[in-house]
Amino acid sequence: MYHKEKSIQIKNSASALYNNLCALRIAPRRLTYFTVVHANVVNMVSASWDGLNYSHRQLQSKEPNVATSTSLIMQAAFCSLPSRDLLVVTSQKGIQVYESDGSIMVYWHALDIPETQTGKVASKLDFPCRFLSLGISTGAILVFDVPSKGSNITLSDVLEGHKESITDMASECCGGEVCIADLVSADDGGNLCVWKSGEEFKLLNHIPGFDISCSSVKLWKGTVVAGYGTGQIRLYEAVTGILHAEVNAHARWIYSLDIAPYSGLLLSAAEDSLVRVWHLTMTPESQSVEIAHLHNECVTDTQICGAKFCDADGYAFAVTGYDLSEIIRYTQS
Amino acid sequence: MSVRTLPLVFINLGGEMLYILDQRLQALNTSEDNSEKGVWSEHDRKRVLNDIVGAMFSKDFMDELLKPQQLYSHRTLKTVLTRLAHASIMRLNQASMDKLYELMVMAFKYQVFLCPRPKDLLLITYNHIDTIREFVRHTPVVVNQVDETHRKIIEIYSSLAEGDFQLLRQTLLIFFQDMHIRVSLFLKNKVQNPNGRFALSPSGPVPHGIDVPGLIRMFDRKGREVRRGEFPTGGSYTSPIRQGCFALHGNRVITLGMNMYTENHPEETHTSKAPSKDDAPNLLAKEELNLLARLMGSMKAEDMPETETGFRINLFTSDQEEEDAGASGGAEQCLFGVINIQAMQDEQAATQLARIAGQFAEGGEMPEELSSSKGDDLLAMMDEL
Repeated sequence: MYHKEKSIQIKNSASALYNNLCALRIAPRRLTYFTVVHANVVNMVSASWDGLNYSHRQLQSKEPNVATSTSLIMQAAFCSLPSRDLLVVTSQKGIQVYESDGSIMVYWHALDIPETQTGKVASKLDFPCRFLSLGISTGAILVFDVPSKGSNITLSDVLEGHKESITDMASECCGGEVCIADLVSADDGGNLCVWKSGEEFKLLNHIPGFDISCSSVKLWKGTVVAGYGTGQIRLYEAVTGILHAEVNAHARWIYSLDIAPYSGLLLSAAEDSLVRVWHLTMTPESQSVEIAHLHNECVTDTQICGAKFCDADGYAFAVTGYDLSEIIRYTQS
Repeated sequence: MSVRTLPLVFINLGGEMLYILDQRLQALNTSEDNSEKGVWSEHDRKRVLNDIVGAMFSKDFMDELLKPQQLYSHRTLKTVLTRLAHASIMRLNQASMDKLYELMVMAFKYQVFLCPRPKDLLLITYNHIDTIREFVRHTPVVVNQVDETHRKIIEIYSSLAEGDFQLLRQTLLIFFQDMHIRVSLFLKNKVQNPNGRFALSPSGPVPHGIDVPGLIRMFDRKGREVRRGEFPTGGSYTSPIRQGCFALHGNRVITLGMNMYTENHPEETHTSKAPSKDDAPNLLAKEELNLLARLMGSMKAEDMPETETGFRINLFTSDQEEEDAGASGGAEQCLFGVINIQAMQDEQAATQLARIAGQFAEGGEMPEELSSSKGDDLLAMMDEL
């Protein structure tokens, strides 16, 4: 179903962090940007679609007012807001927002929770339509209001829904349709919170976990797709919390999930060196979602830490692994 | 990232160091190229191990490590481990310490990489502690120290959640990133590939608490299972084995962290296998164990006071390096100079730890016949860091 393409070499190897690969498709320029985190550096590659041109850039997490060592980066992710694309880099000390090509820093926000108090700082974020939300290790979610132009990003809300460290967040931009739920957050205890964004965010539902970390979460057509440390994938109806399906997908901790929204293809990747492709289908009659397995890829001797579709149809996907200095790509045959 | 890594790092790396030293010191007794001055008796070996374990598991040292703090840099870690290694009459010079450190780190990286569940990092640590306890079993004072430390570790780490352990593991993996030094023992056992990466096979028992992959279950709106399906996993997984014991004593079940070197016959590690030929000369290819064996067999004694009975080991890989090191004082000075510059950030922490570790090399439990002047210049230089 898929075959391997030529890999993209990156300057450093990928670190063992959840969801450690991000892709942004710039259709007008026929380019795709990829970001991979290596310790305290973000490796950015801009790859042309014809496969002929690659350019590299590295960003280091800088603390504007601290003279000591640069701190480790937790995540580098692209935010596609309706009017602009941004690159958000989160580290132990705070977040930095750049233009999507990494050229200019637009905004930074320092977390003023001292590390010793919380024991660790993990930042994950996602982006319902005008807002940038950042989950931190206390379980709080900071919501930033992003204007369509300029750097006047402001902290507008702090959501308290979790007691444990936030591991991942996902959003769905429904465009013209009315969405009931458009943001989901997951934590280290496997608990999921479903939100409705707006001037004031509203907590719609809380789906309890089983003390197993939920390392990756996605939202698609009102369905929460969650990957856990036990290697399981679960599909929940976001607003009601009804469990549609449960898959014993992997033999080790899941590190990354991704969905191609137009086709309903789902990608799951884990420490067991396997990437799996699934198909989600909505069945309106039974008001549920079904999942079917399509394809496996094995990246030999590699604990995979990032997997992303390169386009909204799922025609191609890319994979990163711990200690691997390349982005491996696969395309549909 | 995690602030709870240090105690586990020291116990596991220190454990690997003790395994290697134990095996090498034993091998020296049976090896053919013993010089007259270089005979390590059973008693000497036990004493070296007792001294190092005593230093590592001392209350002060462990209390310092158990404070929540960031992981040190490689350079600082190596400095403190060197200090620990010198807690006894044995002296290793910088070159052999470097090689020993690489071996230790690769062994621990292998264990962390293959650790089935993040929480099993504790079982790996307990495997090291169990074997260390065996090494020093004839010295009740040291056994008590080991037990005390073990209890503290159990107390602190038992309350951590699986997610915390995964963060700890990720912090360690970042620390080990890009290290692909080939270890002859791993290559021989096929746990490491010729390119330096560890073998990870999609087969075998799944970790405890994980279900064998392959099953899809669908539910109706009332929560009843309505359909089951299977999918091809691309691997051959089997049911989990029982969980290891997390108490002070017990069967840990997993074998990561146990002493790999005892299975080796010393003769085997002495033979130098030709490394696999790559297209380009691979500077990372090393036959560490063979090298260490040869080097530890040849020891040079310097001018030492009469009461000095410790052994200073001068380890060099080639004639050129031997010549360079002929002016040994100078060479070591300049090596320490380099370390000085690069240990800036962790200086305070390193100084503190080195000071505590140094307490054990300078007095305390040392038998009277060994003067504290042995290796004094070495320790003094370390103090300057």
